[in-house]
Amino acid sequence: MGAIRVEIVSAEIAIFSGEASMVVAPGKDGDLGIAPKHTPLLTTLRPGEIELHKEGSEKEYIYVTGGILEVQPHMVTILADSATHSEELDEEAALQAKNQAEEALKGAEKKEDLEQAQAQLVEAAARYSAVKKLKGRK
Amino acid sequence: MANEKEIRTKIGSVKNTQKITKAMEMVAASKMRRTQETMKKALPYADKIRAVIGHIYKANPDYKHPFLEKRDVKTAGYIVVSSDRGLCGGLNVNMFRGLIAELKENKNNQVESKLCLVGAKAVQFFRSVDVDVVAAASHLGEEPQVEDLVGSIKTMLDEYIEGKIDQLFIVHNDFVNTMTQKPEIKTLLPIDPEDREEMQEHWDYIYEPDSKELLDYILMRYIESQVYRAVVENVACEMAAKMVAMKSATDNAGKLIDQLELDYNKARQAAITQEISEIVGGAAAV
Repeated sequence: MGAIRVEIVSAEIAIFSGEASMVVAPGKDGDLGIAPKHTPLLTTLRPGEIELHKEGSEKEYIYVTGGILEVQPHMVTILADSATHSEELDEEAALQAKNQAEEALKGAEKKEDLEQAQAQLVEAAARYSAVKKLKGRK
Repeated sequence: MANEKEIRTKIGSVKNTQKITKAMEMVAASKMRRTQETMKKALPYADKIRAVIGHIYKANPDYKHPFLEKRDVKTAGYIVVSSDRGLCGGLNVNMFRGLIAELKENKNNQVESKLCLVGAKAVQFFRSVDVDVVAAASHLGEEPQVEDLVGSIKTMLDEYIEGKIDQLFIVHNDFVNTMTQKPEIKTLLPIDPEDREEMQEHWDYIYEPDSKELLDYILMRYIESQVYRAVVENVACEMAAKMVAMKSATDNAGKLIDQLELDYNKARQAAITQEISEIVGGAAAV
């Protein structure tokens, strides 16, 4: 099994740079599994977890709030809006953000407010489920 | 020669000034460290997105984005990134001078120029220059946020898309090191990646959802990240230049104080000598 070079950067930090045997990413139209020699692909990401399968059966999880994914046969570049290692996510904060977003959604009347609240809820829900999943894995 | 008291007052006032410049130097030094870090953090994203754009340029999408197409230049747009505050030596002025020269050359070549100004100093300076200012953003503070810039950037990009601007430049200071900042004029649009050698064969991406939406989004992000990077870099330049300017002001004040103290001692000695000779003269007369 070959390896593919992966670079994950966000506006604040270069969070991951290394090799992986497979990358699973939350694409706009559904989750994508990218193995080496994948055909060039360009997509945006929705909030969710990026799963890096590294050598051995080790896995690394990075949570992103959205961004751009570019695939070249030899490398994957992820330009995240904001990225965190999943282990560093705060469960309580995530749950709180989710509840807040739900509240905001109920209260929203104007169209822009509604859209913003929806986007916030999607983000918060994805973050919360990432934390939950992490707990299950442990 | 001025009398003792006058000189003493002057020394006092210069010393006070020196205290202020010294404090400003130290503030600038600590801020510089922080702004430099912010600048470094912005680098990987800006570099990576640039690389991705380079790939996109080589791909062959059905949809030709206006940002990637060259046009005859009738109007040039400039995004000018300056500092909000002064007291940073020739940092802003040197940059403006370079830009003015370029604007003049444009005029000679029958090319119109439009400006988008970032930073209070640029707004101040170009108020007295006969040039078309389309957008301005100032008082971004020491940690500029992308959101504060988006409005002005959008104005320029809309002008570009509508064909009112055929080429877009960004003018900012390049952080070489603490002592040197170099004013630079870089092309933002149309995007022209330098290395077009590799991967010339016909290939294209799979786009999800579709190429137009994606390219619009990515190119927008690209321009934003480049402008953001320039702004952040300029803040680091400002702090470095301010530190150097304030350091030399402090040194100069020190020199001035030395000279004044010399004068003061001379005046004091002259007064004593005069007094003695008066006493001696008086005694002789008796």
